[in-house]
Amino acid sequence: MTAIGRRHFLGYVLAAPTLLTAAELGPVAGPGLPSPEITDLLDLNDLMTAAALPTANLISVEVDGDGTVSFALPRAEVGQGITTSTAMLIAEELAVPLERVRVTLADARPELVFNQLTGGSNTTIATYTPIRVAAAVARLRLLEAAAAELGSAVADLTLKAGVISGPGGDGIDIGALAGKAASARTRRVAVELTARESFTVIGRPHNRIDALDAVTGRKKFAMDLDVPDAKPTMVCRPPTINGEVGSVANLAEVRAMPGVTDVVVISTGVAVRAATFGQCVDAVRALRVSWRPGTAEGKSDESVLRELRAAELPLGIRPPTPVVEGAFTFYFRSNSALEPNCAIADVRTGRAEIWSAMKSPIVAQQAIAAKLGLPPGRVTVHVTEGGGSFGRKLFFDAALEAAEVSQRVGKPVKLMWHRADDSRQGRTHPMAISRVRVSYVGDTVLSYKQRHTSVSTDLGHGLGEIITAMAARLPVGDIGFSQTFFQLSQTMPYEFGISSRLLSETDKGFNTGSMRNVYSPDVTCARELIVDQLAARMGKDPRRFRHDFLRDDRSRAVLAKVAEAGEWGRPMPEGTAQGIAFHSEYKAVSAALVEIDCRPETVDRPIRDGVTGPRVTKAVFAVDVGLAVNPRGLEAQMMGGVMDGIALALTSSLHLRDGHFLEASWDNYFYTRQWNTPPDLRIIVMPSTSDRPGGAGELGVAASMAAVACAYGRATGTMPSSFPINHGTLSFTPKPTIPPIPPSPADGLDRARRTKET
Amino acid sequence: MPEHTFRVNGEQVTVDVAGDVRLLWVLRDILGITGPKYGCGIDVCKACTSHLNGEAVNPCAIPVRDLRPADEVTTIEGLAATAGGDLHPMQQAWLDHDVAQCGYCQPGQIMAAVALVRRVAAEGRAITDADLDGLRNICRCGTYARIREAIRAGAENMT
Ligand code: FES
Ligand code: FES
Repeated sequence: MTAIGRRHFLGYVLAAPTLLTAAELGPVAGPGLPSPEITDLLDLNDLMTAAALPTANLISVEVDGDGTVSFALPRAEVGQGITTSTAMLIAEELAVPLERVRVTLADARPELVFNQLTGGSNTTIATYTPIRVAAAVARLRLLEAAAAELGSAVADLTLKAGVISGPGGDGIDIGALAGKAASARTRRVAVELTARESFTVIGRPHNRIDALDAVTGRKKFAMDLDVPDAKPTMVCRPPTINGEVGSVANLAEVRAMPGVTDVVVISTGVAVRAATFGQCVDAVRALRVSWRPGTAEGKSDESVLRELRAAELPLGIRPPTPVVEGAFTFYFRSNSALEPNCAIADVRTGRAEIWSAMKSPIVAQQAIAAKLGLPPGRVTVHVTEGGGSFGRKLFFDAALEAAEVSQRVGKPVKLMWHRADDSRQGRTHPMAISRVRVSYVGDTVLSYKQRHTSVSTDLGHGLGEIITAMAARLPVGDIGFSQTFFQLSQTMPYEFGISSRLLSETDKGFNTGSMRNVYSPDVTCARELIVDQLAARMGKDPRRFRHDFLRDDRSRAVLAKVAEAGEWGRPMPEGTAQGIAFHSEYKAVSAALVEIDCRPETVDRPIRDGVTGPRVTKAVFAVDVGLAVNPRGLEAQMMGGVMDGIALALTSSLHLRDGHFLEASWDNYFYTRQWNTPPDLRIIVMPSTSDRPGGAGELGVAASMAAVACAYGRATGTMPSSFPINHGTLSFTPKPTIPPIPPSPADGLDRARRTKET
Repeated sequence: MPEHTFRVNGEQVTVDVAGDVRLLWVLRDILGITGPKYGCGIDVCKACTSHLNGEAVNPCAIPVRDLRPADEVTTIEGLAATAGGDLHPMQQAWLDHDVAQCGYCQPGQIMAAVALVRRVAAEGRAITDADLDGLRNICRCGTYARIREAIRAGAENMT
């Protein structure tokens, strides 16, 4: 992205039969000088955008003869609303109605190298300027074409709602100009972007552009695609994590089952292809497989906790001053979205075509090509709309598996993981312990030390390449990738003197990933609980304490906002309490205030097959992301973050026993449900404090989780130290591991009639 | 193979498939009706929620042989027609409140919401917080709050 002034940039008009304009993806973000608080200078997002620089490539906007504007976004839409915010950027600069902008998801584009990764809440940060530059070039070309057509000067023309009008009032639709504005050769064009004060689209709330498709059932996810002969396929998986197939006793018998077309042993289990998924379920259940051990054989919550304790980095000698200390345990959590892992693969001799929701399609393309023994250029990777991700779709486990099965059987496959597979063999947020020690004297905090010890987070999806490539140049010394990631994603928002936060990782035997907000929910939760303790020691109110120690006005503003809107300090009945917490990341600041009800009549209210527990009765969340492109979308992301935070603090975890997770259903793994939802939820988007947007997709989780934990501590009078707080009680009967998936129920009609439940 | 005849979204259909195949797969894999989503296959997540003769059911738990020729299955694709418009009032409420995030759960959420409103209306009362708490549909994107608002708004416009 070439900047020639604050709002002046160079873009391109490309040689094409219709108007096609472009800009380089990857704006400049320069690292500053080394400092003890490196996140002040450089955060993960700077690193991601900076890493993209040497390989910066073009993204293009196309104006078509029918007056529509098309753009293929090199990112994954998984529910976070980036197709809508992208369409808004184009609508703004090009002065066309939002309905005329078509945003699709680009296939894997290897020439973008590192710049096609949806992660670190980086999409809007990285694409905000380039997309507008490409659109601004298009606007300029259209105006020039209209000027020639109307015989007037560009300065006398106005472009509004997709129509260019001259002084005489006669208008030409941009569609009619698309051909004339096209260029026979590629050349650079200098443009000026719309000033923030003149925005009419950016910064105003807009509904999602895919909402109609979503509510009518027309929105197509990978499994909804009609790829000829791509028949349902499932995999019979091992009873323990990453176990391997020894032998199969009844292959022939299962091949003869109704609907079944193929049964083959693959690297992750035994794959079954059939006419319907129902018949796959039956076939998977019928397989008699002897299994070899996996990568976490015999392990349990208790044994992993021992491993973590052994891997902890020391906090050093206890200072002579007063200290507040705490150690917090965070159990494994499932990274499953509602759409299970799935992919379509059509592998033929010498070529392959893959459809899946992928956040790192280039890495996927390369990995699949390697697996199939094909050159990457022979593998086409289509990025489909995703049914949620939360970091999960940085990996492409299902796509790799689908490709393997398709190659083995020589037919297209539509591969899906059963919910039980997703829960038991899928990616997890790793179990961790976080130990904090703060020393203080009087009203001054002298030092803050946090040692976060975690089961290894698998970051091998390409983000790794960016960071490792950059790590050597960073002022953090010779440390590995996960440490770099940790350092860059964790900020210290308080004036706590000398602060150090270190990560130690152990055990690579688990399937883990960068679950929404990665390390931050746990790290922030531990920190904010300690902050409450510290405030109590100093005799200060938790809000007042945070206010006094936060480092800047922008941070204090969100805190003040939730305190005011949530009536901080109002009298609360015994067994209920408020909690307040702060978190900053992705160039954004956020604060949460919650009220929790821990009274027995609430905790024990009956819900069939669910965990009720304490109820968050109110949540107020304030967010300042700098510039909010679409405040309504931002609000939605924060709401989701609050729901995640509630789940992480109170109900959702995986129990590890004998080398496998016990959870195999949404009625085992207790993500927030309607009965856990705060009846009173308010999201406050702060007025824009910047010309540039920050990241939003993950931001809401950390402060929410921390505020719920703090509220719980204040309501019960005991600081919680293990999360989620109900982990100690197993609230369901575990399903068998052999067969690995449960039978399909047959009582749907009776059940509907009997209970009339919804 | 046995034939099974029933009605889907206003049309009579006959499928040739083993009788124990669950309706969800008959809809999705055989008839190509992909609005109802798979989220668990064991009648837990409610992503597949559709209507049978106007009441909420979960097709992942209904063997196709249980259906009779006069049984009317309505999926999200056929919901609007039951209200005689391009959009059912509940779908409109979903749009007005910009409920969907990834959208994967939303067909099931809307079908469950419509059935809930009908049931509550049949009992001659208004929707309560307890009714909303009782909805079991998972939304892993956490759109629950907007769902609650949309259901109350949609209920107003359903008669
Ligand atoms: S797929 Fe039917 S309830 Fe989950
Ligand atoms: S909108 Fe994504 S699961 Fe509900």
